[in-house]
Amino acid sequence: MYFIRNEGVISVFIGYNKYMTQISRDDVLHLAQLSSLQLSDDEIDNLQQDIGNILGYVQQLGELDTSGVEPTYQVTDLENVWRDDVVIDDRISREQLLELSPESLNHQVKVPKVL
Amino acid sequence: MTSRIQNIVNRIKQGETTARQEVEAAFKRAGSISDYHALLSLTKERALKRADDIDARVAAGQVIGELAGVPFVAKDNFLTFGASTTAASKMLEHFEAPLQATAIEKLEAAGAICIGKANLDSFAHGGSTENSAFGPTKNAYDTGRVAGGSSGGSAVVTALEVVSFALGTDTGGSIRQPASFNGVVGVKPTYGTVSRYGVVAMASSTDTIGCFADNVEDAELVMKIMSGRDVKDMTTLPDFFTPVAAAKVNQKIGLIKESMSKDVDPEVRKRVNEYTEKLRANGHTVEEVSMPMTNHALAMYYIIVPAEISSNLARYDGIRYGLRAESATTLAELYGKTRDQGFMTENKRRIMIGSYVLSSGFFDAYYLQAQKARTILINEYKKLFETYDLLITPTAPTPAFKLGENTSDPILMYLADIMTVPVSLAGLPAVSVPAGVSDQGLPIGVQLIGNYTSDAALLALAREMESK
Repeated sequence: MYFIRNEGVISVFIGYNKYMTQISRDDVLHLAQLSSLQLSDDEIDNLQQDIGNILGYVQQLGELDTSGVEPTYQVTDLENVWRDDVVIDDRISREQLLELSPESLNHQVKVPKVL
Repeated sequence: MTSRIQNIVNRIKQGETTARQEVEAAFKRAGSISDYHALLSLTKERALKRADDIDARVAAGQVIGELAGVPFVAKDNFLTFGASTTAASKMLEHFEAPLQATAIEKLEAAGAICIGKANLDSFAHGGSTENSAFGPTKNAYDTGRVAGGSSGGSAVVTALEVVSFALGTDTGGSIRQPASFNGVVGVKPTYGTVSRYGVVAMASSTDTIGCFADNVEDAELVMKIMSGRDVKDMTTLPDFFTPVAAAKVNQKIGLIKESMSKDVDPEVRKRVNEYTEKLRANGHTVEEVSMPMTNHALAMYYIIVPAEISSNLARYDGIRYGLRAESATTLAELYGKTRDQGFMTENKRRIMIGSYVLSSGFFDAYYLQAQKARTILINEYKKLFETYDLLITPTAPTPAFKLGENTSDPILMYLADIMTVPVSLAGLPAVSVPAGVSDQGLPIGVQLIGNYTSDAALLALAREMESK
């Protein structure tokens, strides 16, 4: 695999290894908390390295002059797509949906205590 | 090339075969390729019942649909009846969908029969199908190599002729790249062509639904049936896609020079050059064009897509459906443990990068900057399409790589999609068509890119070239 084997070539082609963003272990823990992920210690170490490398790679965009350029959030240009305000019968019952939940009681989804 | 779909439908109509025979034969073929691990489940009971219904209609002399009795496979991120919908994740391992995707409903209405669900990278996050929670799929041409991804299973069942077509999703190359790696046709339509209702969401601004087939004509028929406006997906475009009989003559085609740099595998470049020679022999003009922003597209993609993933995957909370971790005593613990157990490392990586680029203090530098760069990229395409009918690149920088070769470095894995992600960010239609094999016998694909909503013209040219 010519393309993938030669790391010198990759650095020319896409700017890989040009930047290194170090993120700390605390950063990773903070991101995990924001993402509602409870991670194991091994995984935290690996993610710290991988996320640091990926953020380093994407930082190349900082070089681009984007002054005066509008961002593109979607490509269809569709806006405010309306439909009639009527109930659509999807033929899915409340019981069917409750059956999907891991635990239910008295026709409601059961969850652990919040407080 | 001969349409395999038409062949099945015609033989059923003429009483030379039955839908049941076709479905049973497909199940037999599926059983014979289990070593490839391309399928996660089979929908035997439902498929045979549907086949019998079609056979009863034929016997009664009733009209049957354009895909009547044609077996197909859906990537396992399409919600279907008859089997669980797992997204190749522990999170949804036992999820039985209460509804079917619009794409599936439309295909069924035309008489097609889903026989099974194909393996993928978990939640479609990956480029090799090695991120599946249930183990990787192997390449149709070399079982020591990857299938590509994320729709690897769908590509392999099409290449091994288990079915005449299979469904995939393409967010950054997940149909085109595995099509290239397995020597089949892979269509990614204009963003908004096919309803995504009932398909597990990944990145909402680039997710599209398309298909794999043995030939372009079959792919066009499947796309025609799936496409169209759907009130259940407000991002669908008004109906526009109808296949055309013949491609326009004397087309102007731009070969993107950044995609043919010396860093791309020499054999890949050779096959692309041969394909451009065939285009010229067919009376078309091919010129080298430049698109400098393609070199930055992967960086844009790995900001924008993780941002959208972090939002879309927030719904997997262990409360209403899917996995719920045991022994959690508080709600926060239930979320954290469920998501730790239900997601693969690549899912977590993308969710966390998304959280990072969207968080206050980093939003402008990463997410907003990427969306502005995306505008510049789109403008480069717009400029080129003022002069050219189509653009051409390799589909992937290399043929299929070895299993395990890129799993230790996520960026090396992301590079496999470097040719396909720019097209996705712009929402343009593209098709990967087989363009021969490497010296080692590995398939190589060429990517043809069309202007916005020019899917019919794009596929007509791909079809014209196929017969040469």
